[in-house]
Amino acid sequence: MAAAGPSVFLLMVNGQVESAQFPEYDELYCKYCFVYGQDWAPTAGLEEGISQITSKSQDVRQALVWNFPIDVTFKSTNPYGWPQIVLSVYGPDVFGNDVVRGYGAVHVPFSPGRHKRTIPMFVPESTSKLQRLTSWFMGRRPEYTDPKVVAQGEGREVTRVRSQGFVTLLFNVVTKDMRKLGYDTGPPDTQRASGPSPPQGLPR
Amino acid sequence: MNPKEEKVKIITEEFIENDEDTGVGRQKKTSKVARQKRKKRLPTAGPEEMVSESPHLGHQQELVQEDSDTRSLSMTSRRGPRSLPPIPSASRTGFAEFSMRERMREKLQAARSKAESTLLQEIPTPRPRRLRSPREKELETEFGTEPGEEVQRTQQEDDSQSYSRVKFRDSVRKIKSKPPVPPGFPSAEEAYNFFTFNFDPEPEESEEKPKAKNRDGTNQEEEEGEEEEPPVQGEHKTDEEELLSAKDDEDFLLGLDHRAEDFVAVRPADYESVHVRLQMEKELLFVPSRLTVPTYKKLPENVQPRFLEDEGLYIGARPEVPRACQNIMENRLLTQEPGRKWFGDDGRILALPNPTKGFPSRPPILTREQDIKAELETLYKKAVKYVHRSQHMIGSGDPPGNFQLDIDISGLIFTHHPCFSREHVLAAKLAQLYDQYLARHQRNKAKFLTDKLQALRNAVQTGLNPAKPHKSLDTTQKAINEYKSEIRQTRKLRDAEQEKDRTLLKTIIKVWKEMKSLREFQRFTNTPLKLVLRKEKVDQKADEEAFEAEIQAEISELLEEHMEEYDQKMEGYRAAYQQWKAWKKAQRAKKKKKKQAVEEHPDGEVEEPYPGEEPVKPVPPEPTDRALVEQQVRERAARSRRRPGEPTLVPELSLAGSISPNEQCPRAEVLRREDVKRRSIYLKVIFNDKEVSRTESRPLGADFRVHFGQIFNLQIFNWPESLTLQVYETVGHSGTTLLAEVFLPVPETTIVTGRAPIEEVEFSSNQHVTLDHEGVGSGVPFSFEADGSNQLILMTSGKVSNSVSWAIGENGIPLIPPLSEQNIGFRSALKRADAISSIGTSGLTDLKKLAKWAAESKLDPNDPNNAPLMQLISVATSGESYVPEFFRLEQLQQEFNFVSDEELNRSKRFRLLCLRSQEVPEFRNYKQIPAYDREIMEKVFQDYEKRLRDRNVIETKDHTDTHRAIVAKYLQQVRESVINRFLIAKHHFLLSDLIVEEEVPNISILGLSLFKLAEQKRPLRPRRKGRKKVTAQTLSDGDIKVLVNVIRAYDIPVRKPTASKFQQPARSSRTFSEKRAASPTTHSPTHSADYPLGQVLVRPFVEVSFQRTICHTTTAEGPNPSWNEELELPFRAPNGDYSTASLQSVKDDVFINIFDEVLYDVLEDDRERGRGIHTRIERHWLGSVKIPFSTIYFQAKIDGTFKIDIPPVLLGYSKERSLILERGFDAARSLSAGSYITLFITIEPQLVPGESVREKFDSQEDEKLLQATEKFQTECALKFPHRQCLTTVTDISGKTVFVTRYLKPLSPPQELLDARPNDPQATAELVARYVSLIPFLPDTVSFAGICDLWSTSDQFLDLLAGDEEEHAVLLCNYFLSLGKKAWLMMGSAIPEGPTAYVLTQEQSHYLIWNPCTGHFYGQFDTFCPLKSVGCLIGPDNIWFNTQQYDSPLRINFDVTKPKLWKSFFSRSLPYPGLSSVQPEELIYQCTDKAAAAELQDRIEKILKEKIMDWRPRHLTRWNRYCTSALRHFLPVLERSRGEDVEDDHRAELLKQLGDYRFSGFPLHMPYSELKPLIEAVYSTGVHNIDVPNVEFALAVYIHPYPKNVLSVWIYVASLIRNR
Repeated sequence: MAAAGPSVFLLMVNGQVESAQFPEYDELYCKYCFVYGQDWAPTAGLEEGISQITSKSQDVRQALVWNFPIDVTFKSTNPYGWPQIVLSVYGPDVFGNDVVRGYGAVHVPFSPGRHKRTIPMFVPESTSKLQRLTSWFMGRRPEYTDPKVVAQGEGREVTRVRSQGFVTLLFNVVTKDMRKLGYDTGPPDTQRASGPSPPQGLPR
Repeated sequence: MNPKEEKVKIITEEFIENDEDTGVGRQKKTSKVARQKRKKRLPTAGPEEMVSESPHLGHQQELVQEDSDTRSLSMTSRRGPRSLPPIPSASRTGFAEFSMRERMREKLQAARSKAESTLLQEIPTPRPRRLRSPREKELETEFGTEPGEEVQRTQQEDDSQSYSRVKFRDSVRKIKSKPPVPPGFPSAEEAYNFFTFNFDPEPEESEEKPKAKNRDGTNQEEEEGEEEEPPVQGEHKTDEEELLSAKDDEDFLLGLDHRAEDFVAVRPADYESVHVRLQMEKELLFVPSRLTVPTYKKLPENVQPRFLEDEGLYIGARPEVPRACQNIMENRLLTQEPGRKWFGDDGRILALPNPTKGFPSRPPILTREQDIKAELETLYKKAVKYVHRSQHMIGSGDPPGNFQLDIDISGLIFTHHPCFSREHVLAAKLAQLYDQYLARHQRNKAKFLTDKLQALRNAVQTGLNPAKPHKSLDTTQKAINEYKSEIRQTRKLRDAEQEKDRTLLKTIIKVWKEMKSLREFQRFTNTPLKLVLRKEKVDQKADEEAFEAEIQAEISELLEEHMEEYDQKMEGYRAAYQQWKAWKKAQRAKKKKKKQAVEEHPDGEVEEPYPGEEPVKPVPPEPTDRALVEQQVRERAARSRRRPGEPTLVPELSLAGSISPNEQCPRAEVLRREDVKRRSIYLKVIFNDKEVSRTESRPLGADFRVHFGQIFNLQIFNWPESLTLQVYETVGHSGTTLLAEVFLPVPETTIVTGRAPIEEVEFSSNQHVTLDHEGVGSGVPFSFEADGSNQLILMTSGKVSNSVSWAIGENGIPLIPPLSEQNIGFRSALKRADAISSIGTSGLTDLKKLAKWAAESKLDPNDPNNAPLMQLISVATSGESYVPEFFRLEQLQQEFNFVSDEELNRSKRFRLLCLRSQEVPEFRNYKQIPAYDREIMEKVFQDYEKRLRDRNVIETKDHTDTHRAIVAKYLQQVRESVINRFLIAKHHFLLSDLIVEEEVPNISILGLSLFKLAEQKRPLRPRRKGRKKVTAQTLSDGDIKVLVNVIRAYDIPVRKPTASKFQQPARSSRTFSEKRAASPTTHSPTHSADYPLGQVLVRPFVEVSFQRTICHTTTAEGPNPSWNEELELPFRAPNGDYSTASLQSVKDDVFINIFDEVLYDVLEDDRERGRGIHTRIERHWLGSVKIPFSTIYFQAKIDGTFKIDIPPVLLGYSKERSLILERGFDAARSLSAGSYITLFITIEPQLVPGESVREKFDSQEDEKLLQATEKFQTECALKFPHRQCLTTVTDISGKTVFVTRYLKPLSPPQELLDARPNDPQATAELVARYVSLIPFLPDTVSFAGICDLWSTSDQFLDLLAGDEEEHAVLLCNYFLSLGKKAWLMMGSAIPEGPTAYVLTQEQSHYLIWNPCTGHFYGQFDTFCPLKSVGCLIGPDNIWFNTQQYDSPLRINFDVTKPKLWKSFFSRSLPYPGLSSVQPEELIYQCTDKAAAAELQDRIEKILKEKIMDWRPRHLTRWNRYCTSALRHFLPVLERSRGEDVEDDHRAELLKQLGDYRFSGFPLHMPYSELKPLIEAVYSTGVHNIDVPNVEFALAVYIHPYPKNVLSVWIYVASLIRNR
């Protein structure tokens, strides 16, 4: 049925979890996973991953660089439920317990090309000061039951969160047959398509 | 003593070590000999060496000396930290020994130091070498690396500090570089190097160090002061290199080889003296003094400080800076820069008044990414005005804009106020008069009229002169006449004006006098008003002349006037006279004609001419007339005009007067003033009847003036219809009162901001105020006179000075509503107002009214200004335009609908998406909805549509009974609605659903966790740890397993010898003496098969089947087998959906069947025995235990001993009872005869059971009661968190109901009562059996873990399905009606988990009834499945178990004891008499027997077919004879309820059937559906016999009970003919 045209479109995402800014923390690692709608199915690549532990750079930026690759391909019939990448960052606390340092999510860019996204990361807050103290002591901070919660809006009204830092992601997006199915996501602003990122770390 | 001594010791040791160390470190390669050589040689090394070393030498010698002086101290302090740990000898060594050692050490030390010092003095070179090395090192580290990295870093880190330092260094360096090196004067060193040095490139050093070297140089120079040898600098050669070269030189001299690394590598240990560092720091750092700098230093010479403040100039407040900081800054500035530009004339640092910004400013977000910054760039867009819907009618083409009306409210003056004192009243009057005067004076109408008069007179004069001949005489005359008349009028006006002026002046003076007298009278002044009359001298003569001339002119004019008048009259008279004459003539002629006739009327006719003659007579004689006129004129002049020569009086009102201070006033006046102070005024600006803004509240001044000075810019959209100011007065803190409304005129379009004059608009209020102080009040009569006469009533009044104007836009265009719109209203504001009032301001929506108004007001339809309105009206009256009568929220919705709704509905894809998002069960998890409609199969919807269609159609295909079908349908619907509710509730999240948070640990947990720390890692008796629970999301098929641990069984029925067919064992003789269980192993199966007689044996094994997966244990032997085996059964969730909701609704049961394995020898021929074994294994079903999966799921584990459900008759088997006694079991056990199996069942991994919905259902209960229930429950949960406490339940309609309402005596069917009228116990059992026959359907399955829904007993009987609670309630109600004391008992049992039982009190003991099985247990029955009791519920109270134990064996059921049972209703909360939710009476219909019989036949047929289906490879023969025999037995069984019929039954059967070996059993079930029956038959495995000649028998019997409760008996048997 090649004449009938494609029945699915493909979205290929590769890129990397580049780096993070967590001013107070060190030795962090991150997990990522994708949240997508019912009409989506991953066809190739890894849906989730866990990175190495990285330490702060010694320079002024104090960046936590992972450069952890992402490579996944989805097929879908429907742009509804466009994939979101959910990041959760963990690291040791004062007592060496592994605690969560941030959750964040962002939609995979829908226009083909190279995209850089910096997403703010947050963690749920303890319900009371006493809880906070004890959770600090026990090294069992409040966590989401499922990190995928951050990709959805439902039920979030019961939570309170605190900002923690930022994670920078780089996406290279390739789509196939989107236009044939009638979805014109269009190229992004051509001027904005940034080439290789400028060398960072120059003191500004 | 000890520590000190130790320290000393350490020091000495270190010295030794240090010497060695340094020696070793320095001279790694050179031997000791070489060193000695060198030492000797060095003094003779030559002058060069000496010279080169000399700068250091000086320095270092100094240092060394210092060091040696302060050695002990500095060394300890410096070396202390890295000293070796103290030798722990002090305590052990004896004192003598110790002191000896010490002394020795001291001596040694002294000698050493002496030697050293001598060495230093005598041979200086080795010392410097040694000491120089740290210096070299230091240079290397500090200046070689630091400038590269360290300095940079420090610069960044603390900028200020390092900056200053660097700067300072620089400056020093500058100074340093000044001393010139004599050019062309090579030093000895240089010269030496030139010849000797091998100029190897040393890149790392030479490149890195210039700066450092420079600095080094500077340091040295400064340290050394005047040194005879200035350091060589010009050629980048520094001391260090020199040193190196010197070393080189040494090595060279010594003839030792060296490599390039040596220069770098051979470095002595880092060393730096504190003093050196301090010294250096002193040079480097500058510490400004904190002392106050004397002023003269800060100012240029010979300048005195000048203090501007003293000179009266304004100087802002200087920022607060501590004195010390200021001093430091001043010192620094003075030292750093000699320029005094930082200091002001007063000798202080120049400072801005307040350098801080008054408002906070947000710091820029520091993002590193450029593009992010660009993205975040905000673009300011003005808010877009939303155009009103109703606005489209008028001037729809006009661009809507912002129009602005500026209202400037400058102030408010009260002309009267209740707080006015009398003086104020006068003052106000005076001021008013004065204002009037001023206004008049400004206009000066009198003067204007006088001038006019003059001009007219002149004109008349000129007109009389024949200067203009061309004009016709006629016109001139006419003009003159006009002039004259005008002169007359003007004169009159002028006179009136002049008179007014004069009276005004008089009044002013009068009022002023009054005021003065009042002030004198009351002895204080309230107002600063002061009237001054200024006299203006006039030239008396000229004045008199002018006066006289004026009078003369006036007289002449008057005369002239009179003359004219006279002339006119004369003329008129003449004319009249002529007429009269003519008339007289005619009259006379007439008279003559009819003289006789009219004799009677002569008088009237004579009278007639007289009036005509009269004016002629009074013609005044001129002289007399003139005098009279003159008199009149003079009189008038005297009255109205200033007398000639009299000075003109100019009143001047000033506010220069002083008000008496409060102390001088009487109390009443003070009160008044206080009152005034408390009052404040504000204005509201009302635009089109809406408040748009208001002024600030300003206090009322003592002069009753309020200054606002506020400008309101009204951004308006509609043409202003009204503009009102409301004056509000606030008194103290009490409320505000509306004083008055001031209506402002809407300004003309020409009045724009900047050109609008300030206008005063008066207002007055009709409020009545009476005050108890000096204030006169408002609307209240008062008088100035002492006697109270001449009363005045003054109302509060005042003036608002304001200006209203149109604003001007940015480009100079006035912001006035456009012409077309404005014209309608503006051209005739009155009409406009009429239109609005007639139509209503809410909008021009009612066009009919508008048309009516247009007709009434006679609008000119041709006026272009009215064109839009007329068009609108015409459209409206013709009805062409559609005016919406509603307000539309999404006006453009239709435009945005890209397809019509029908088309949208036709789209299959869209429908699919919709259904999925609605979570319709069929589509809830639909994945990958196709992209095109054409790819969606029509059949996708078929099921769904069918379900929708069938919702109301009851089909009987699956159900053999229509009633059941209806019930099933109903249940299905209830389930659906509840599930829908559940789905909604699922979207309500709690914090715990989203966030995992540790509970706050209490002390006990903390203690426990502390205790845990101390506990052993591998304890000898390990405690069981809870398994980790798994959330169901990540699971897939095969992940979950059901583990069944079959441990042991008791009292399995044993085979009965077939031989008994010939004997008729008595019923009483139950205990068979020949049973030998002790030797089961000795029997071989074949043997037993051959010789079954007398051999009592059973070889039971357990088969567990779950979801059609079957596992079985090995075969054990004997009636009390022990297997102890673990069986693992995989679990598959329906549709692969492992969500909690799905798992909860799994309806599968775990069947645990116990079989007897029977081996039969199939050897046909006895001769072959010994050569082969041919046996056939048969399995005989003995009993089963059924455990629903949901129970396992919710309980997580099931552990206990269960009663095996053994059919009442097991053909070929009998219960062995003697064993009980033999084994010495408790006698109590024999009470509950039965077989038991011990099981442990669990799920691996452990699943998190779903929680019930936390939805709070509404209730019709009393709120107080509900609160009490909550309190009760929390109290109970606090004490015994694991005990079930139930106070409210949810009924089938989803309402919360108090639980006792369910309990009410309800009579059981009469049929049951009649069965055993004399035996209450039997009746009770019968009733229990009846209740147990109602099928069991757990709520948790039907309502997927949502909640327990309690149906009332009639609902329960109608539905014929319910769980434990319904059964228990019904049974309890029956017992209550039977007159028993019965309670509902909430607790937990195995395997059900939390459940409901019924407790009855018999004469002496309590009985526990299981309502689902109909069995009852004594309180002390160990095999009672009820394991714990939470609470008891009676018809009028709830008792919570507060006893220590909750096992029914150990508790006391006496609810009257408050210590043991906490009751809900007590004295504090008496039972309010709650009405029951149960019906008055249960109505039982008799079940149709014929239907039951039909059902019976159908079931039998279906089961037979099923058995044949299950045996696909074998022939299934039915033994009709046996079947009919069985069929006869079943009613008997029903009658006896399956008890005590076995032996009779068996005997009869044997008699009938003859030589058959058969196994079989009756199954008894309540009837709900067909499927459970089939399942039950299947699970017995009767069909599994594959003996070729096997025959089957199956009989079904249904016993109908009232209310369609059916008891189903199925008798299954297999027969094998014995040969």
